[in-house]
Amino acid sequence: MSGGVDSAVAAARAKDAGHDVTGVHLALARNPQTYRTGARGCCTLEDSRDARRAADVIGIPFYVWDMADEFHASVVDDFVDEYAAGRTPNPCLRCNEKIKFAAVLDRAVALGFDAVVTGHHARLGADGLLRRSVDLAKDQSYVLAVLTRAQLDRAVFPLGDSTKERVRAEAAERGLAVADKPDSHDICFIADGDTRGFLEGRLGSAPGDIVDGRTGARLGTHNGAYGYTIGQRKGLNLRVPAEDGRPRYVLSITPVTNTVTVGPREDLEVDTVTATRPIWHEASASVRCDVQLRAHGEVVPASVTVAAGELTARLETPARGVAAGQAIVAYRPDPGGDIVLGSATITAGTRESAHA
Amino acid sequence: MAYLDHAATTPMLPAALDAYATAARAIGNPSSLHAAGRSARRMVEESRERIAAVIGARPSEVIFTGGGTEADNLATKGVFWARRDADPGRRRVVVSAVEHHAVLDAVGWLGRHEGAEVTYLPVDGTGRVDPAGFAELVRAHGDETAVVSVQWANNEVGTVQPIAELAALAAGAGIPFHTDAVQAVGQVPVDFAGSGVAALTLTGHKLGGPVGVGALVLGRDVACTPLLHGGGQERDVRSGTLDTPGVVAFAVAVETTVRAREQYAERVAALRDELVRRVLAAVPDAIHNGDAEHRLPGNAHFSFPGCEGDALLLLLDAKGIYCSTGSACSAGVAQPSHVLLAMGADDARARSSLRFSLGHDSTEADLDALLAALPGAVERARRAGAWKTPR
Ligand SMILES: Cc1ncc(COP(=O)(O)O)c(C=O)c1O
Repeated sequence: MSGGVDSAVAAARAKDAGHDVTGVHLALARNPQTYRTGARGCCTLEDSRDARRAADVIGIPFYVWDMADEFHASVVDDFVDEYAAGRTPNPCLRCNEKIKFAAVLDRAVALGFDAVVTGHHARLGADGLLRRSVDLAKDQSYVLAVLTRAQLDRAVFPLGDSTKERVRAEAAERGLAVADKPDSHDICFIADGDTRGFLEGRLGSAPGDIVDGRTGARLGTHNGAYGYTIGQRKGLNLRVPAEDGRPRYVLSITPVTNTVTVGPREDLEVDTVTATRPIWHEASASVRCDVQLRAHGEVVPASVTVAAGELTARLETPARGVAAGQAIVAYRPDPGGDIVLGSATITAGTRESAHA
Repeated sequence: MAYLDHAATTPMLPAALDAYATAARAIGNPSSLHAAGRSARRMVEESRERIAAVIGARPSEVIFTGGGTEADNLATKGVFWARRDADPGRRRVVVSAVEHHAVLDAVGWLGRHEGAEVTYLPVDGTGRVDPAGFAELVRAHGDETAVVSVQWANNEVGTVQPIAELAALAAGAGIPFHTDAVQAVGQVPVDFAGSGVAALTLTGHKLGGPVGVGALVLGRDVACTPLLHGGGQERDVRSGTLDTPGVVAFAVAVETTVRAREQYAERVAALRDELVRRVLAAVPDAIHNGDAEHRLPGNAHFSFPGCEGDALLLLLDAKGIYCSTGSACSAGVAQPSHVLLAMGADDARARSSLRFSLGHDSTEADLDALLAALPGAVERARRAGAWKTPR
């Protein structure tokens, strides 16, 4: 229970469903004062109190579990390492994979609990299939697709059938004071939302070149390649304008040479995505389906093949802004909510067919 | 249900509750001059006298406060300020390493904000301060010491300190000695004058009185700068309208528990000994912490190797057994107990501890309930103990 509205309503619903529910708040900050304060985000003392108050209203026991060390090792350090390696991590996904459905779940099972209930917006019904939430704008199946079958078997998501609006209304009906608490959006361990500043503090400044992907010409300098994300347009501060005057985008990041490569928008387009560490729930290792390449990103049809610990997706329409480190999640469209077939961590996006 | 957390708070005595209700029906501010005020004043002053009588103090030495935390803050900060203001060379504050946070954090604040130099007296493996070490400190730094505070008895492991001996050493050097006797009053003999301390804290809710009322017993000649300024109701050292019903009920509780102390202690210590015996029989590798001889009668404190105290608490709570891992923490995150660490325990052992504390309504049935749940909880918590290993 983060102290937000979703987990509070999820806990209340689980209790109503007849489960013997215990509320757990995760203390993730080594020093709570260094994490975001105020109503947004997670891990503040205020959030812990909000969560406890919600548990009291619901009428369930409540405990704080100190997972600061695990969170630091598995999520924060991983986040920094991934950026240093030129990839773009998703810390929420990593937290689900390593903390909520691993460290927390393991401890809970050892203590005699059967499952972990969270306030994620996704559906996980009797058929055991993970599906998108009815509220597509709030859907979190993308950051849950990393869960294995064994993890899903011990997960309960009571909110997938409700819109966020409905969840808020229900929280108010239940007398939960968190009903109108703002949503958290940003990365909880970056207090001021300044990711680049956070990384610079961790990695130090490492000046290098920004080069043109087509000509190889040096267009400018940067203070650390980790400050850039594939597809980024703003904040490049290039001294040399493009000949055609069109905007340029980050195409790739090469940590070995500490270069950021930029180019025109069409050079961002990829039609083949390779990915590693696949989690695959589908019987067939080769399917036509939809793929999503980043959180809240567009969905494109593709042919996906899983073989030898690798996932390859041939996209039927090219996609832009495909960054290594993000997840590729495969969905089968379904009227009962698109079904997650599997996911993997993107290693590369390439262009095989010629530009149209 | 088995309530084994009397050291956290203990039920109000029926007599105290009745006295509270009666006093709460009456009107009157004890500072008012009219008949209603005089009647309230009379109740307050009679209460003061009753408390003074059973703890060996003069009535004028009893200063009512809003509980133990306030009294501890008043004693440590107030005496520090007064002594430092009288002689700027006196900046040292000496406390034991196992004080309650009400003392520890108050003097920590003095260190950070008021230029105090805080010295922590070490304790031995049972949690006792060594008087010889304290004597040494007084010899070396007596002149520059503003105030000393050593608790009468520890709230976690129940160890009782050699207060009279320590107080005599301080008195010999002219240093005011405060003791937090919150856990001691009604449990072990406490005599303010006889012990030779300059100031003593007690609180209502640990001895059958209400929460939010307590007292600092402060010798007449001990200078103390107020924390709270205002009407100066309590000897000009503490301001605020007195809580007449709270004070009345507090006095009834103090008087009743102190008078009944001997029989109480005998009965509860026997029950506690049985608890310890049964726990050690059920969990043979459990470690009973604290001092066998100098110990509160209702306190039993164990480390359960391989368990997180946190996990045990959760599992026992689910079975209706209420106990504690030590001092509760505001953010709810379990920190290894500073008391256990000061006693030489390592982090893992400190984190694996649990306190069971008995009180006036504890019975054999509470022990039966505990022993029915404990072995299973320990086994489970041990399995969960592996959760910390990195994946
Ligand atoms: C040793 C000791 N000192 C001080 C206190 C604080 O007293 P109160 O709860 O009345 O503020 C307690 C209890 O919490 C205690 O056990």
